Amino acid sequence: MTQVVPPPYVPGDWVASAEPVAPIVAPVAAPVVVARANGGHLRAERVSAWFGGRKVLEQCSLDMPPGQVTALIGPSGCGKSTFLRTLNRMHELVPGAELAGSILLDGDDIYSPDSSPPSVRNRIGMVFQKPNPFPAMSIRDNVLAGMKLTGSRVADAGDLVEASLRGAGLWDEVKDRLDDGGMGLSGGQQQRLCIARALAVKPSVLLMDEPCSALDPISTRVIEDTIRELSHEVTIVIVTHNMQQAQRVSDHCAFFLVDELGQPGRIFEAGATEQIFTAPRHDRTHAYVSGQFG
Amino acid sequence: MTLLEEPSTAIPAAEPPPAVSTQPAAIGDDTPRKVRNVGRTDLFEMAVALCSGVSLAVVLSVVMDWTNPLTLVLWACVGFSVSQWLLVRDRAGSVVATDRLMTSLVWSSGGFAVGILGWMIVYVAAKGIPGLSIGFFTEDMSKVGPLNPGGGAFHSIVGTLQQTGLATLFSVPVGIMTAIYLNEVNGRMAPVVRFVVDAMSGIPSIVAGLLIYTVWVSPDLPIIGKQGFSGVAASMALTVVMLPFVTRSAEEMLRIVPGALREASLALGAPEWRTILKVVVPTARSGLVTASILGVARVVGETAPVLLTAFGSSSTNYDPFSGPQSDLPLFVWSLLKQPNAAQIQRAWTGALVLVSLVLILFTLARVVSNRGARLGGSR
Repeated sequence: MTQVVPPPYVPGDWVASAEPVAPIVAPVAAPVVVARANGGHLRAERVSAWFGGRKVLEQCSLDMPPGQVTALIGPSGCGKSTFLRTLNRMHELVPGAELAGSILLDGDDIYSPDSSPPSVRNRIGMVFQKPNPFPAMSIRDNVLAGMKLTGSRVADAGDLVEASLRGAGLWDEVKDRLDDGGMGLSGGQQQRLCIARALAVKPSVLLMDEPCSALDPISTRVIEDTIRELSHEVTIVIVTHNMQQAQRVSDHCAFFLVDELGQPGRIFEAGATEQIFTAPRHDRTHAYVSGQFG
Repeated sequence: MTLLEEPSTAIPAAEPPPAVSTQPAAIGDDTPRKVRNVGRTDLFEMAVALCSGVSLAVVLSVVMDWTNPLTLVLWACVGFSVSQWLLVRDRAGSVVATDRLMTSLVWSSGGFAVGILGWMIVYVAAKGIPGLSIGFFTEDMSKVGPLNPGGGAFHSIVGTLQQTGLATLFSVPVGIMTAIYLNEVNGRMAPVVRFVVDAMSGIPSIVAGLLIYTVWVSPDLPIIGKQGFSGVAASMALTVVMLPFVTRSAEEMLRIVPGALREASLALGAPEWRTILKVVVPTARSGLVTASILGVARVVGETAPVLLTAFGSSSTNYDPFSGPQSDLPLFVWSLLKQPNAAQIQRAWTGALVLVSLVLILFTLARVVSNRGARLGGSR
C-alpha cells in the first residue's frame, strides 16, 4: 500500500512556495496541446471564496486552455462547484458570498468593474447538475431562450435551433416535436436540451456542474460523446465525481482537496489527465484517483 | 450438489419461457389486481358497528330526553367508532383496529365538512330558486313597491361586476408586483413590507370600509371636491381587503418556482428583470391567475365595506364614479331585513346568484390551475 503523505500546507502561500505543490498552469506534457482558435481561454488566478465569512476555497489558480476539456475532481465539499461558479459569476448570486483573486477570459478580468454579470454569463455558459429546462416553454423556445432572455435578435431561428440541438446530440430525437413542452423529455434528453440551450447563445466557454450525476449510464454515455464533440468548438470545464468519466472526457484535471475538516478547499494537483491518472506527483492524488478514498 | 440436481429437471418445466411476457397475446391476462380489498367481513363489521352506534343514540335520546339531531349524530359516531374498534381488535389486533378507527375518523370528518357545505348550497338553492326568473336579471327595484311582484337584482349585478372589476384592476397588478418585490427582489424593505401585508390581511373588512369613508367618501377633498358614496369608493375598500390576500397568494405561487430555473436563465446571460418577466412569471402564470380569481372570490361577498362606501340603491347606476350603487351582498342584506315575504324571497334569490358566482369563480380557478399543472408538470 502506498503511503499517503500530505504535502506541506502553507496557508495563502502555497502557489508561490519554493517547492510548488501544484502547478499554476497546466503542464506542457498535455496529450493534445494543439491550441485551437475555437473557445475562450479561461484562467483563474489565486481565487479564494467565502460563504458568509467562512472560507471555502483558497488561492486556486488554474489554466483552462481553449478548445479543451478541463475536469475538476475531488471529494465532496472541497469547493469544486464553488470554483466552477466563480468562473461565470454565478457565485455572487448566493447571499453572503465573497470572492478574491481574478478570472481572466482571453486576458480580460471578468470581475473588473466594466464587465457586467449578464455579459460574462452570456460568454461563459453553464449546465447544471439537475436538468432544468423552462417548463413554460416548448423545446424550440427552450433552445432559443438564451436569445430571447438577452434581447438579441435571431436572424434564422430554425437554423439556430437545429444547429444547437445537433450540437447537443438531440436533434434526431426531437426534430418532429419541437413545439412540445420540454418537460415531456426523459432526464437525459432534458439535460441535452439544457446543453443545446447553453450552446445557442454561442458561448466561448461551457461550464458543467456534474451534468451526468442524475442520469443513467446510457444518457451519460451520450452526453460524454457530446462533450468530446463540443470540445472542438468551446472550452469546457466539467465537475465530476466519476473518475472514469474524468478520464474519458478530459484533457486536463484539477484535483481539489480539503486538508483538514473545516479548512478551505484548494487545488492539490493539476495537470494533464493522463499524468494525473497514471503518474500523479502526490500520493494523495494517487490514492484518490485509484479509489482508495473519497 | 445432489440437492441441487434433483429439482434442476423440474425448474425449466415450471418456469415459463421469458419471451411470453413480451408477446401481445399475454396482454389479455394482464388485469390489474385489486390490492385494497374491502371484504365481506369488513362490511359486516361496519354494519354491526353502525347498528350499535345508532342504538346508542336512540337509547340516549330516550333515557336522557335529548332531541337535538346534531348531538345524536355525534353520539352515534362515537358509538360506531368504539364498537368498530372493539370488533376489529378481536379479529385482527389493535394495530389494524386503530388503523380502521383513524380511517373512519378521517372519512367522517371529510364527509362532515362536505356535508355542511352541500347542505348550505342546497338550502340556499331551495330558498332561492322559486324567485328565479328572467326579470330577476334584467329589472331593478326602482319601480317596485314592497308588496308588488316583479323587480330584480339587475342594479346589484351591475354594481357587483363594476366594483369587483375595479377592485381587481387595482389590486392584482399591485399585489403581483409586491409579491415580485417580496420574493424575487427581496430588498432590504422586504421584511417590513411582508409585515405590513400580513397586518393588512388581519384588518376587519368593516374597518376598510370606515377608512375609505373617512378619507374619500365624507371629506371635502382638495381639487376633486366632495366625492360622496360611489362604486369606485367601494372598490377602494374592497382593494384594501383584497390586496394582502392577492399579494400573499401570489408570493406563495412565485416561491414554488424552482430556483434552478432562475439560475438557468441568469446563466444564459439574462438580466434579472428579464428573468423575472420571461421565466419566473410565465412559469407561475396559472398560479398567479388562480391567486387573482381567489382574491375576487374573497371580496365578492363583502357587505360591510360596500355599505359604508357605495351605500346601496334600488335603481340602476351605471356610473361607478358618482352616486350610490348597490351590489349583491348589499341587496341580500337590505331585503332580508324587510318584514314581507316577497322581499325576503328576492333576498334568497340574490344569495343564490351570489353563491353561484363564487362557485363559478372557484371552479374557474381550479380549471386554470389544473391546466397549468398539466402543461408545467413532468409527463
